[in-house]
This record gives sequence, C-alpha cells and structure tokens, in this order.
Amino acid sequence: MTEEEIYERLNEVFQDVFDDDTIEVDDLTTADDIDDWDSLEHINLIAAVEEEFGIKFKMGEVSTMKDVGEMVDIILSRI
Amino acid sequence: MFELEYPFDSAYIMKKRKSIRKTLLSDGSTRLKKNIAVLGGSTTNDIVTVMELFLLNMGIEPTFYQSEYAQYWQDAMFPGEELQNFNPDIVFIHTTNRNITAFPNVTDKPEEVDELLEKEFGRYKQMWNAVSERFKCPIIQNNFEMPFYRLMGNKDCSDYRGRENFISRLNMKFYEYSSQVGNFYINDINYISASYGLKEWSNPLYWNMYKYALCFAAIPEFAFNTANIVKSVFGKNKKALALDLDNTLWGGVVGDDGVENIQIGQETGVAQSYYEFQNYIKAHKDLGIMLTVCSKNDEENAIAGLNHPEGVLKPDDFIIVKANWENKDRNIANTAAELNILPEAIVFVDDNPAEREIVKAQLQGVKAPTMDGVENYIQTLDRSGFFEVTTFSEDDLKRNEMYKANVQRAAQQATFENYEDYLLSLDMNAVIDDFIPMYIQRITQLSNKSNQFNVTTKRYTTAEMEEVFASDEYIRLYGKLTDKFGDNGVVSVVIGKKDGTTLNMELWLMSCRVLKRDMELAMLDTLVEKCREQGIETIKGYYYPTAKNGMVKELYKFFGFEKISGDEEGNTVWQLNVADYVKRNNVIRVHGNGDA
Repeated sequence: MTEEEIYERLNEVFQDVFDDDTIEVDDLTTADDIDDWDSLEHINLIAAVEEEFGIKFKMGEVSTMKDVGEMVDIILSRI
Repeated sequence: MFELEYPFDSAYIMKKRKSIRKTLLSDGSTRLKKNIAVLGGSTTNDIVTVMELFLLNMGIEPTFYQSEYAQYWQDAMFPGEELQNFNPDIVFIHTTNRNITAFPNVTDKPEEVDELLEKEFGRYKQMWNAVSERFKCPIIQNNFEMPFYRLMGNKDCSDYRGRENFISRLNMKFYEYSSQVGNFYINDINYISASYGLKEWSNPLYWNMYKYALCFAAIPEFAFNTANIVKSVFGKNKKALALDLDNTLWGGVVGDDGVENIQIGQETGVAQSYYEFQNYIKAHKDLGIMLTVCSKNDEENAIAGLNHPEGVLKPDDFIIVKANWENKDRNIANTAAELNILPEAIVFVDDNPAEREIVKAQLQGVKAPTMDGVENYIQTLDRSGFFEVTTFSEDDLKRNEMYKANVQRAAQQATFENYEDYLLSLDMNAVIDDFIPMYIQRITQLSNKSNQFNVTTKRYTTAEMEEVFASDEYIRLYGKLTDKFGDNGVVSVVIGKKDGTTLNMELWLMSCRVLKRDMELAMLDTLVEKCREQGIETIKGYYYPTAKNGMVKELYKFFGFEKISGDEEGNTVWQLNVADYVKRNNVIRVHGNGDA
C-alpha cells in the first residue's frame, strides 16, 4: 500500500467518524484542525483506524502522536 | 434497522454511529421518551451514545444524564441539582470490578474477608436504597465481571482470599438483593464479558488510557445488553413467535421428503440440533410467549411433521397454525389480528432470506433475525433479547392457554346468530374492584404494554403505581375476567383522580384479548357505582391519540359521555353526569374483591 492510498482510506475513516464529507487530512493535520476531535472522539478515531488497516497501536503511541503524518508513519510500519 | 439487529457489526456501529443516529431520528416513527440517569464508575460517554442507537431502534427515545467521571456513589447518595431536576425514569449504575474498593489480601483471615465483603456490599445497598427512595424508579445495576488476572491461579476461584472468589460472593449478594426487592434489575456483564471473551473485554489498555472498564470494541455488545433491559422494563418486548417449519423446526422439506425422512430427534447430529432448537422454542411457552406456525405447506403435511414421534413441539403447543400457500406477510398479519396483538409484537423465524425480506418489507416493525445454520439458531434468537424477562407474572405462565381458549371462543362464535346469545353462553364472571396488592405487578405491566385499547397511554412504574394505590385521591379499578373456556386474568385497569365532585380519568385500558365482550361496560358500571358512593357527580374522560390507539377514539362517546372540547391534534375531553347513568352490562356477572 502506498502512502497515497493510506491517506485516501484514512480520509474516509475521518469522514465517517466525524460525520463530515468535507474533511481532507494531510500529514500536518492535528486535532486543532477538526472541530469535533476531542479526547473522547480520539478513542473512537483510533479504533476506526485500527479496524480499517487491521493493525493495533501501542499504548504509548496513542497518546504521543502529534499529527496525522505520524499516524501514517506508524500505519506504514505495521502493514 | 438491520445494522442494529443481532448479530451486528460492532466496528461498523462504532464508526458510523453519527449517521445511524441521524437516520433513526428522521424516520418519522413515534417513540416513548424516557430519561435515563447513568451513574458511572468509569467513562460512559461512548456507552451512552451507542445505547441511544439501540434504544431508538427499539422504540424508545432516551435523554441521558451522565455522572461526572466515576462519581456514581456521590451522585446516588447526594445528587446535585442537575440530577435532581432530571427526574429519571430509570437509573443505570455502571460499575465494574475496577470499582471494588478493597480486595482480600492473601494474609487475611476468613472473618476479615467476610467483613470486607459486608462493607463492600453495604456501600451498594446504601446507594440503591437512596436512589429508590428519592427517584422511585427502576434501577439497573451491573454485576461484576471476573478479574483479568488470577493471583492464585486456579485456586483463585475457590479460596476465600481469591479475587475471583470474592467477586462471585459479591455477585451472589447482589442477586439476593434483587430477589427481595422489586424494580431492581441486574445487568449481567459477567455473562456478556465471558461470552465476548474476557481476555479482550478486560484489556487493561482501555482502563489505563481512557478509563473505560471494557474494551472499546465491546461497547455495542454491552450497550445492546443493557438496552434490552430498558426496553423490557418499558413494555417493548415481543409477544409471539411465528415459526417456519421446513429447515427451521426440522431438517428437510416434509412435503417432498415425507415425514419419515425429516431430520428431528436423536439419529444424527443435524437431527439433534433441530431437537435442541425445538426444546428451546417450547420453553418459551412457559415464559408466556405465544407460539404460532407460519409455513408454506399443505396443512396436512405440516401437522404430520409436528406429530413426528421424535419431535418436541406438537400441534397442541401452537395457538395458531398457518400452513398454506398464502404470502407469509399476509399470514402474519392475520395471526396478529387473531391474537389481537400488533404485527410488530411478532418475531418471524425462517431460514429463508427471501421470506424474511418480504415480511420485513411489508410489515413494519416485525423482526426477522438472520437464521443461518441450525447450529446458530438458538444463539441468534437468545442474544437478540426479544423476550428479555424483567417482570414475570402468573399471567405470563398461563398466557398460551388463555389465547388458545380465545381461538376456541372464536370458533364457537360462528355458530351463534345473535351476538348477545353468544356472550351469554360464555358464562362470564368478572371481579371488578379496587386494586389489591397481589395484582399491582400485573396492573403495572398492563399500563406499560397496552397500546391499542388505551385512551391516555399513560405509563406507570411499579413505584408510581404503588403511590396511586396508597393514595385516597384516586378511584381505582382492576377487572379480571373468567369464562367457561378459562381465566383471562387481570385484563382492564381504570384510574381516576378526584377533584372535588369531579373525577378526572387518568387511565382507561383493556387488554385486546377481551375485546367485544362488554367488559368495558362492566368496568363503567362499577366505576359509576363507586363514584356515587364517594359523592362524585361528574366524570371527565380524556382521549390522547397515538399511532396505535385509534380503536378507542370514540370510546367515551360509546359510553354515553358528551364531548366538551377538542384540539387540532385530536385530543378530546368528554363528560358524564353520574346521576343520568343507567347500567349497561347485561352479560357479565360482576363480583367484588371479597366475594369472588
């Protein structure tokens, strides 16, 4: 899977979780860029991303990811 | 909605819940509105959002109150203003083994552990008493799931110092409490977590990272299980099963293969699976679930199949057998009409996906679970929670017999020319009088279940009904009807509140199983009698329309009331002058509480 494909699939996950078809994420997207992305929705997002790519994030990673770019790096290293 | 029926795709629900919610809320259906207070010992946010979806799908529109994080005890004991004003219809206490304050140490003596147990239990009991005293509403309380590690290994379960042992004992104390008080329901997370897989369920990551006491992916299973209790408490259970025969109750097609070749009994593994399923279905009779057949077959073949010597279910176990070549949705609609229940109270069990689709498309609200592989039949039905038991009355035990007697009555009706002659021939006796404690549970149950013959559709919790019972501001009547075919049990409830010389009717309901028997007139006769005794001069009746109670729109008119007002929503107010009333019932002999 290429990085491009990952972003494509990730976009869909974000759109589903936040129920907003206009969301487009890139490597610099953070929680500040999406209105509903708070700590409560974070767990929902993580679960949906894990489900989509069939991977598991480690506990430390969940709390230290700074932006979507880091999330994609982790996904790339697991698949 | 298919996405929310068992077995559902949990990950899909978690991901799509926002759009699922929108779809449900915009489907135009009317739902019961209920306030649910969730007092949590861990994070409850996602649990509540998913529970909302299941409840909406079950016909209940909830509004939630959630405790601040882990404030369940404080909220129960010393509720703040927000909770006090919230006025919950139900309180759900979401605690788990993460909330147990102290576990035994391996150095403890037996007495010390006993003391610990009493202390822990006392904390809960105090909380339940406080909640039921203040809010007078049902309580749902989680039991405890097993711990995720066993310090003593296998001995952890049997030794008094083991956590597993301690949790089991604590659970037993919860069950004892629940058997002693009404209106208190255990949410069995011990079973659900085991069934889900304790290892995944109690993955400590979710506790340590998010303070969830169960893993994220298990939230839908948990929420569904809890929602089933809520919907049962508020009278949204299903009432009947409509069962296909070929490849549903036995293996093979009786019309093609011949009765000697169908698979049922002990001969093969497949035959045994069908046998086990028939056993499971038959046990529902005792729970008061009505069994009916809906099969595309010649009736003769259907009956032959049901008479198979190795089978568990016999033709006699079914109230109605529809074995013909009509479309199944029409057969189910007819079954519903004959039983005087709504089609949506029926669960249709058929291995054929095409039949299930037609029935679901034609009859809104009828559930038709995916029956795929006889080895999965029991689990699918069981976990769907259609018949979740919360209250269980004597009436439930007898329901199948009562409905069967009804079908016999209908057969006899055909032979009479004059309807009154027929009614007289039924030899009906009724007890109509003020409530007595023995029937409070049944009376409450009726107030929550009756949709059609119900002028106000006012629902009562057991606690509220007990308040009505204890107060002298009300005139209350229950009606119990017996005839030569059997005892129909308590079938009608009437409650009016006194205001000077006027009686305002708050509730007038009757079970549809005794429609057209003049029972409502017998109730009215007794009501007027009581009014005269207590100096009431005017009775005011109120009709509030719902999607289901059209049949009683003109009830008060039929009773001889005069319409005094109405609004554009169809609400109407009626009035009867007590002095002018003349007795109406000529066919039922009426008795009081003392002389039945």
